[in-house]
Amino acid sequence: MAPEDIFKLLAGEFGDAVEGTSTDGGHPYVTIKPESWPDVAMFLLKNKKLRLNLLRSITALDLLADDKLACVYDLMHVPTDDAEALITETFEIAVRVVTERTTPVIPSVAHVWAAADWHEREAFDLMGIHFSDHPDLRRILCTDDWVGHPLRKDYEFPLEYHGIPATTEFELTNPRH
Amino acid sequence: MSWIENRFEEGVIVTSLDWAINWGRSNSIWPMTFGLACCAIEMMAAGASRFDLDRFGAGAFRASPRQSDLMIVAGTVTYKMASRLKRLYNQMPEPKFVMAMGACTIGGGPYFKHGYHVVKGVDLVVPVDIYVPGCPPRPEALIEGLMRLQDKIRAQRRTKSVMTKAKEMALA
Repeated sequence: MAPEDIFKLLAGEFGDAVEGTSTDGGHPYVTIKPESWPDVAMFLLKNKKLRLNLLRSITALDLLADDKLACVYDLMHVPTDDAEALITETFEIAVRVVTERTTPVIPSVAHVWAAADWHEREAFDLMGIHFSDHPDLRRILCTDDWVGHPLRKDYEFPLEYHGIPATTEFELTNPRH
Repeated sequence: MSWIENRFEEGVIVTSLDWAINWGRSNSIWPMTFGLACCAIEMMAAGASRFDLDRFGAGAFRASPRQSDLMIVAGTVTYKMASRLKRLYNQMPEPKFVMAMGACTIGGGPYFKHGYHVVKGVDLVVPVDIYVPGCPPRPEALIEGLMRLQDKIRAQRRTKSVMTKAKEMALA
């Protein structure tokens, strides 16, 4: 299914929830409002013409200039032996959900795609986006007591971690024993 | 020790205790199976048949720190790994040696400036005996590092000579 057709289908079904679409470049995406994102996600999975059954990745963006954080969900249809599906070819589409930078909250879609569980944990760990109704929103890569979210553009590096000096100034990294 | 030579039957060697212990230790450095990143690939190559660390008595990679003499820190050490690394080091019996293999373990390497979670040198966590530079070091470099460690072990002394003792007392 062509991206334009998907955009039309979504606009007809959800109306105001679609904030905008983009077909620039090789990565067409549709922007969805955070509050209606779980409903849209379930629609994308269940609709017989779409059946976007594979969540390939979640990319978290730090839009510092706009004071926003965003998630880009790369979705793909993979043909299965599903008899009800009305499509046979593989296609893909991206969905962008933009949230405020001060209180970044996006509803979780882990109940729609199981793959979203760990992806959302990673986005929470490294970007600090909170996913409401997530089954187990813990840090996935950094230690549990890590301060801050490292991939944010205004992240400040730790100067010490449990007694290990962590500066990037060479003079301060002399061995301590 | 000429006064003692040729006074025994054939097959008897007379040597110093230091030499015998050092000979044994330096030729049976059992490393710990401890690969953290891409350096571990080179470490595995060094242990395999082409380079064969076993020629130097260091090919028996032990699966337990309690049976190991040498910890080859082969790869990027993160802050999360640092606590585990320190625990493994503490579990090793004395005498124990640490080899920092590769740029990351020596000083953070490519992650020195922008790696938010990389330890800027494993010598900030455990004491290091040998540094093997490279990114990653070739197996020859690792073997070179091992031979330098053997030199270090061979230079160890169990007793101090009277002169050393006198020098130390003078300094104190």
